[in-house]
Formats: sequence, C-alpha cells, structure tokens
Amino acid sequence: MADLLEVRDLKIGATAYPPGEPPQDITIVHGVSFTLRKGRVLGLIGESGAGKSTIGLAALAYGRGGVRITGGEVRLDGENILALGGPGIRGIRGSRVCYVAQSAAAAFNPAHRLGDQVVEAAVRHGSLTRQAAWERSRYLFGVLGLPDPDSFGRRYPHQVSGGQLQRAMTAMALCPGPELIVFDEPTTALDVTTQIDVLAAIKRAIDETHTAALYITHDLAVVAQVSDDIMVLRHGHMVEYGPVQQIIEAPQEDYTRELVSVRQIQKQEAGQQSDARIRIDGVDAAYSNHFKVLHDVSVHVPRGQTLAVVGESGSGKSTLARVITGLLPPSKGAVTFKDETLPPKFADRSKEQLRQIQMLYQMADTAMNPRQTVRDIVGRPLTFYFGLRGQEKTRRVAELLEQIEMGKGFIDRYPAELSGGQKQRVCIARALAAEPEVILCDEPTSALDPLVAAGILKLLMRLQAETQLSYLFITHDIATVRAIADSIAVMYQGRVVRFGPKSQVLSPPFDDYTDLLLKSVPEMRIGWLEEVLATRRMVSAGH
Amino acid sequence: MRWRAVPISAWVGMAGLALAIFCALFAPWIAPFGEREVVGDIWLPMGGDYLLGTDNLGRDLLSRLIYGAQTTISVALAATVLAFCMGVFLSFTAAVVGGWTDQGLSRVNDLMMSIPTLIFALIVLAVLPQELWILVAVIAVLESTRVFRLGRAVALDITVMEFVEAARLRGEGRQWIIFREILPNALSPLLAEFGLRFAFAVLFLSTLSFLGLGIQPPEADWGGIVKDNKDGIIFGIPAALIPGAAIAGLAICVNLVVDWLLNRTSSLKGGRGDG
Amino acid sequence: MPLAALLIQRLALSVLLMLAVSVVIFLGIEALPGDFAQTYLGQSATPQAVANIRQELGLDQPAVTRYFGWLGGVVQGDFGNSWASGSSVSRQIGLRLGNTLFLAFWAALVSVPLAISLGMLAVHYRGRWPDRLINVVSLGAISLPEFFVGYILILFVAVQGNWVTFPSTVYDGMSFGQRLEAIVLPCATLVLVVLAHMMRMTRAAILNVMSSPYVETAELKGLDTLRIIARHAAPNAVAPIITVVALNLAYLVVGVVVVEVVFVYPGMGQYMVDAVTVRDLPVVQACGLIFAAVYILLNMSADILAILANPRLRHPR
Repeated sequence: MADLLEVRDLKIGATAYPPGEPPQDITIVHGVSFTLRKGRVLGLIGESGAGKSTIGLAALAYGRGGVRITGGEVRLDGENILALGGPGIRGIRGSRVCYVAQSAAAAFNPAHRLGDQVVEAAVRHGSLTRQAAWERSRYLFGVLGLPDPDSFGRRYPHQVSGGQLQRAMTAMALCPGPELIVFDEPTTALDVTTQIDVLAAIKRAIDETHTAALYITHDLAVVAQVSDDIMVLRHGHMVEYGPVQQIIEAPQEDYTRELVSVRQIQKQEAGQQSDARIRIDGVDAAYSNHFKVLHDVSVHVPRGQTLAVVGESGSGKSTLARVITGLLPPSKGAVTFKDETLPPKFADRSKEQLRQIQMLYQMADTAMNPRQTVRDIVGRPLTFYFGLRGQEKTRRVAELLEQIEMGKGFIDRYPAELSGGQKQRVCIARALAAEPEVILCDEPTSALDPLVAAGILKLLMRLQAETQLSYLFITHDIATVRAIADSIAVMYQGRVVRFGPKSQVLSPPFDDYTDLLLKSVPEMRIGWLEEVLATRRMVSAGH
Repeated sequence: MRWRAVPISAWVGMAGLALAIFCALFAPWIAPFGEREVVGDIWLPMGGDYLLGTDNLGRDLLSRLIYGAQTTISVALAATVLAFCMGVFLSFTAAVVGGWTDQGLSRVNDLMMSIPTLIFALIVLAVLPQELWILVAVIAVLESTRVFRLGRAVALDITVMEFVEAARLRGEGRQWIIFREILPNALSPLLAEFGLRFAFAVLFLSTLSFLGLGIQPPEADWGGIVKDNKDGIIFGIPAALIPGAAIAGLAICVNLVVDWLLNRTSSLKGGRGDG
Repeated sequence: MPLAALLIQRLALSVLLMLAVSVVIFLGIEALPGDFAQTYLGQSATPQAVANIRQELGLDQPAVTRYFGWLGGVVQGDFGNSWASGSSVSRQIGLRLGNTLFLAFWAALVSVPLAISLGMLAVHYRGRWPDRLINVVSLGAISLPEFFVGYILILFVAVQGNWVTFPSTVYDGMSFGQRLEAIVLPCATLVLVVLAHMMRMTRAAILNVMSSPYVETAELKGLDTLRIIARHAAPNAVAPIITVVALNLAYLVVGVVVVEVVFVYPGMGQYMVDAVTVRDLPVVQACGLIFAAVYILLNMSADILAILANPRLRHPR
C-alpha cells in the first residue's frame, strides 16, 4: 500500500526573544523522517520541548507563533505540501488533514454553536452539503458516545463538559472525512476516569472511519493503546522509531527503556505505626460562598511514613492541604500535630508550629520569588527560624544543596536559571531548611517530565529514610501513589472513600469509585484498553 | 542587558529627556536672559539675539522656555512622586490585607475615578486658593487613583503566587511580605507606569495652566506660556506653538522610553488609557 | 434570567454611583475651606453685607438641608441661579449642552469608524511598515496636548490658509450647514486627540482575539482570511471594541472642555472654565455633575453592551 504521509528530513526553527537581548534563531526539530500508511496510527512521544507538537502541526504545513519550517519535505499522497501556496494549503487543511487540539475548551469559538463549528470545514470545502454534514455530525456524536447526539450540536461550548468538548473536537476533525488527523495531546488535560472514555471514543472513531492519525502525547501508556507505530523524540531529534510492540516490549535505546520502566518504582510498604505526626479528625470545610468542599474527613500520617491522598480534580485533595496549613480554617473538626491541636488559622499558630509543617507546591516556578537567589530562598528559613547569618548560613545552605544533590555552585543562581527539576529540588531544600517533621506535597511531580519526576520521588524517599520525615503526598496519579505511599486515602467529591495501608487499599474488594479509578489508569502494555472495554461490556451485559 | 538591544526610538526618548532635565537643572546658567526680563519689543520674530523671538510682553521666549522647563518638570515630578507614594502604599495595603480594608479603599477609588480627572480638578480648584502646593496635591491625588488601580492589580497578581503563600505560612510579617516579596516583583510595571504618569502629569499641569488655573504668572511654565501667547496666533505669530511643541516633545520622549520598557516586561497589567 | 439580573444590577450600581458623585461634588465644595460670601464680595466687605449675602445664597442653612434642596432641584432640572450673573443656570446649560453634544457627536461620528478601520489595517499589516507607521504616529499623537493641536490647526488652516473662520462661534439662527462649517476645526482637533488612543486600543483588542486558539482552529480548517475574520474573530472582538469606543467617547467628552476654550466655542466646557475662574459655584457644581453623569453613562453602556455581547451570559447553561 502506498504511503499516505511521508515526512523527509524535516527541520523546524523559531526565533527566541531572550529578555534584554537581541532575538536569536533556534532550531526546534533537527531533521526528522517518518512515513504513515493509510488507516494507520503513528504515536509521537516525548517530553516537553521534544518538538512533537511542532512536527504534528507541520503535517498541516502550519507553524504556531514564530515557528518556521526551514527544511525537508512533507508529502501527502506524494505531493509536497510545504511547496503549496496559500490557496493550495487551505484546500488541504480541514478537508484532507484535520487537527485535534489539547485544550478543546480554548479551541472552540465561544460565540458559535458546537454543531455549526463541527460542520463548518466540510461545508466550506464543499465536500458535503450543509444538510449532509449535519447528518454526519449527528452520526459522529453517536459514535463518540456523546449524550443526546441529535441535539448535542445545538449547544454552545461553555454548556458542555471538558471530556465532551474533547470528543466534539474529534467529531469536528472527523466530519469532513479526512485522510489524516493530527491528535495533539487530546486527553492530557482530562482526569483519568474521563480520559479512558475519550480514548475509547477516539479509538472507535478511528477504526470506523479508517482515518490515518498522528497521535501526539507524553504518556507512553496512552500511546501504546491507540498506535500501530511509535516514534520517540527528544530535544527535536528522533531517538527510536518502530512498531508499538517493539518499542514497549523490546526497546533498543536507553532513553526509551527508561521511559518504559519509569512507572515501575515501588516502595516497600512500612509497617503500621501508632504515633501519628498529623491527625485530621472529622474535618468539614467550605469556601466563603458556603460551597462545602470537605465532608467529615479523617486521616492520619505516622512518623517517617507517607500518606498518599489520591483523587481527581475537584475531589477536595488540595483543600485538605489548605486546611492542614491553616489557610482555610475548617468549619468542623480539628487538625492535630503530635499531641497538640493546632489553631485553625495559620496566623494564630506559633512560629514553632509553623516550622514543623512545610509545603511543596506543584508549580515550583511560582513557589519561588523570581527576584531572590537560591541563597536567599533557602537561607531565609534558616535566618527566620534559627537566626543563622553570614558564614554560618552560607555553610548550611551549601549543606542543604548537597542534600538535594545539586552542589553549592547553584547558590547564587536565580530560579529562572534553573531547570524544572532543579527548581523543585530547591523548593525541597527550602522545606528541609526549616527542619520540619512533616512536608505536605501538593502534586510536586505532576508538572514535570516522567524521568525528572522519578528523580524527585527518589530524592524524597531517600530523605525520608535518612531523617524520618512524614509526607502527606497529594496526587492524581496512581503510578506515583504506588511509588511512594505507605498508606493511601482515596478522595471523591470531598469525602475519603477509602483509607488504609497501601496493600489493603489497592486490593479487592473495591468500592465502586476506587474500582473505576484503578481500572482507568492506562497500563504500559498493548491491548489494555480493549481488555478494560471488554470487561465493561461484560459487566453491563451481565446487569 | 545589552546596549545594542535598546532600539533607536528608546535612545531618542532618553536623549530628549536628558536635554529637558539638563535645562531644568541649570536654567539660570544656560538661559540667555532672565525669566521676567523684558528685553525688546513684543512678538519679535525668531533669529538674531532672540533665538526663538520674544513673547507677548517682550520677554525672551527661549529663556522663558528654559525656566518653564524647570517649573513644569519639577511640579509634575513632585506630583508624580507623591502620587506614587500614596497610590503604591494604599494599593499594596489593600491587596495584602484584603477584606474590608480592600473593599473600602477600592470603592472610594472607584468613586474618585468615576469623575473625569479634569472635571474633578476644575471643581476642586474652583474652591481652593491658588497656591503651588495645592496644585501639586490635587494632581497627585488624582494621579494616585490610577496608580492605585494598577498597583492593586499587580499586587493581587503577585499575592496569589505561591511564594507569597509560602512566606505567610513561614510566619513572615506584613512588612517583609510587602517589601521583600511583592515590591521587587512589581518594580518593572510600576516603573513603566511612573513614566506614563509623569507624562500625563506634564500634560495635565500644562492644560490647567493653559486654562489659567495652574501655575500663576509671572512665573514661567509651558502651559502658561501657551496661554500668554495664544492671542498672537490670530495674527499668524507662532509663539504659542513653541511651548506646545516642548510639552508634546517631552511627553513623546517619555512615551518612547516607556514603550520600550513595556516591551521588555511581559507581565504588565492594566491599561494605559486615561479619562 | 441571570442576564436580566446582571443588567439590573449594573443599572442600579450606576444610579448609586451617580448619587455618590453628587454628594462628593456638593459636599466636596462645602467641606473645603474658605468663606464663599467673603470671597464673593471681596476683602473690603462689611460683616453685615457678608451676613446678608450668606442668607441670600442660603449658606446659613445646614449642609444636609441644602444638599437635599439642591438635589431636589437637580432632579427637576433646576440647578439654581448663577452667583455671577444671577440668571438661571439651567437656561444657560440648555443653550450650551446642545452645542457641546453637537460637537462631540460629529467628532465621534468621524473618529470611531476611522479608529476601528485604522486598527484593523494595523492588525492586517501586523509587523510590517503600515503597522509600524501607524504605531509610531499614534504614539506621538497620544502625547499631544489638545491646545497644541488646536492652535496648529488655527494657525495653518484658519489664519494662513484662510479656509475656515476662527473663532468657531455658533449662534441662534445659523443654518445647519453654517454650524457644521463652524465646528470643522474643533471637531478635527478632537478627532486627532481621541483617534490615536482608540486606534491603539482597538488594535490590541483585535490582536488579542486573533492570537486566540479558536482562530488557530479556524485557520487549521483551511478557511480563508475573510471568513476567519468575519465569522470567528469579529463576534468575539465586538465586546472589547465596544468597551474601547465607550471609554474613548468618555474621554472625548472631557477633551471637549479644552477644545471649546481654544476655539472660543460656546459650549459647556467653556461655561465651566469661566465659572471656575470667577468661583461661580452653582455653575461649577451643575457642569461638574453633568460631565460626570455623561461619563458614568458611557461607562455603564460599555459594561452593558459587553455583557450583551458575551455568549456565555446570553446562553446560560
């Protein structure tokens, strides 16, 4: 069979604007080549900055922002689309090649009905009449499992949920009957339990319409479910390219091997201990508009152990951290540190009480003052809590930097001069500087690339082993939970639905929600999605 | 920062500003004649002993202009500095303390801003005696409402950042949070705003003087010189246009520099319009 | 329903603001130092004359009583009598408000379409020379004081060119055409002053919409530029542009004050400035209140139109 898409030695550049300096030309993609046959799916995978989205958009001869395609060819059915002029390329976009963006919420025009936007490309390109296009959109809404497909198109984007929008965007891409669709991280912004439905819908739609696809993601487990081939990218270079089976089961390159195995860290569960460091008893909490976010939450974290609090967006897990720190005083219940009940508001707590509980944030970027150096950031708690100054302070900061495996060469750097992983490490050093008993970790790894995240998790575990720190670790990612937890609390709609030692929480019998959550997490093996869907069909047939 | 990255427009602006400030600082030494010295006939043309001609009373226009720079720039600068001290202090307090303090200050500010600046100034100046410090205070209060709006927006943006939360949870006091955490991050938008406010103060002061409500004669200031010489226009004498051009030139120079500053800092909030 | 509630809330807020402004204008003048009767009569007045004049002007009554008396009159369109001339303020305003609105109306009619077109032109040529030219010129133009622009026009167009007459007096019995001719220069000045701001803000508003992800979506659908602008950018750019226009019209109403003085045009602005010079407080209060009211009204219209243009509010969940 002939190749539908042939990308040959693709080079992509952009202009960078470093503040206060003249613009510089940089290269984002350094000569990447691949081919895609009709009806097949190629997964493009890599960390942020790998150039995967840029390559995806190049399949539509499009460069986002100041991005320019500087060399190579993109052949669609033998024709180099990079050489086409404006009208020629407009004839291809939206009719033969379509695009599904990461954030459908932003990609839909808020001023028009979903249906009008879904049929627009097909109607404007003349591939379908208005009526036929609406007919097809209703069919596609059905295939994609959207509620009430006949009237779904009459709604406005803000009237439907995020998962539904993502599926509507897929329908929009499928409507003109394209030969190729570029999926750009279509499920990344979604919760796992929503992701699995969207993933299943996309897979079914691709199968039914025999469209070829480029599927771009940073999640190898996801791409393993939908692709025939996978290309691994890093810093704009191809690392490895081959059939999905080979990449997942017999990777050739070290980098790919690391990507495949990164989720397999497992912490040995510690034995049960009675002396709780933090104890939360029957806590209710509400925001000022009386919207109640926590209902009767009771958990505790033992000394030297990790409690993982897991849940999806809106489950109240971050609110729990705010209650513990005293940013949001609970309306009922109490927070106890060791044996003393903490005042509900942080402003009423003593310096000593504040010192004992430190916090790690998801965005290390915004957690550090960009106008302070590492010395100031890590040194301030030393001065504030222990009165260290001058030489003594510098010595201690250097010591802390050693502890987080960074070395004292970083002491005079500003946060902007650090990588994402280094920033989070400096935040850890700042927390350690206070010599706390407990660190609250609010998704500290979820904004990081998987390999960097794994490094942070290992560091946290090493520090725990050395100093008997207790962690309350908030996350939405089950793999992270497996990696670090001794005990787990599963949160759903503001309640703790399951709490206990890791082995117990992760073994059956499950409650409904935990069951759904665990089964929705993509596993790094081929055919996982089909299995889950088959089980679901069996269950629903059995009812 | 590299000097080569500074665009020509910014250089032009800085050169113009430097010239104006030089005139203001050394007026008595560089002005060829005295501020109030009648040197010749009225409205003498340009050239000869009087580079820019003479004004409606026969005073040397160039000397008036140089002395005018001193008055205009110092009054506008004083008003702007005062406006910033008030606006930044109040807005940061509002953003950091929050609650009723913020509500109260913000509502009063909204009320002040719902009356156009010039109209507000006219009403107040209709009642108050015509004295220099009152003029400075009036301009400063009106300007401070705009500074308050921007300062509060910038400070609120920064207060919700996690490093401020981290400082609060550490137990830091309000002083530390305002001066060590928020202010250093608000400096560049505030600096740009300072430029815009200064340009606006120059225009505003000149407008008031032009209307006869600002600096009182015989002291020279640019708006006042326009007023003195406006009757010459009907006879085709362009003396009134020269101080007008000086005002416009100074404002343009400030805007050029601010425009460059704004392009360098992406995090600026708030509009640049004025009412 | 939430839409109607929002609109009513916005209206109520404006009425409240108006009342608050009237208190500020009235009491602001009251609370400030200085005895007006004294000022009014001059330093040489006898105490008896001062007392008489105080009684005559009603200054001996408590401030609250006078505020409500004044407000009651204002609501019925009675702003009291001028201290300087003793004639009715409302009658003078009746004559002059029309002139001012006439001038502002024509300035708006010229500047709004011109600013929006220039803004669109700048966006269309973004980064190329027409955009840069418009950018540099407008940056210069926002720095020009109104009186400078006005006198340049007078010198070159009226005095040296002799194309139009100066000053721009209008009086009863002038035909519509004559009136239009009289306001050509003040109108042009206002347009020049307000144009640059409005154009820059329009450009920023459109650029903001054009760089949004849904415009990228439209581009990736292979739609032509015209369709992208008309169908995808325009509906979302309407609200910000309306806001820009209303803000600048509010500014225009204030700019009118200086322009009227420059051109000796018999409108509200000149009336107010003259009153301020002789400290004729009833006139200052009346003019201040009317200018503030127009300003608040325009800002309120901007808010309401922006609410109406927002699809999220027009089509609630």
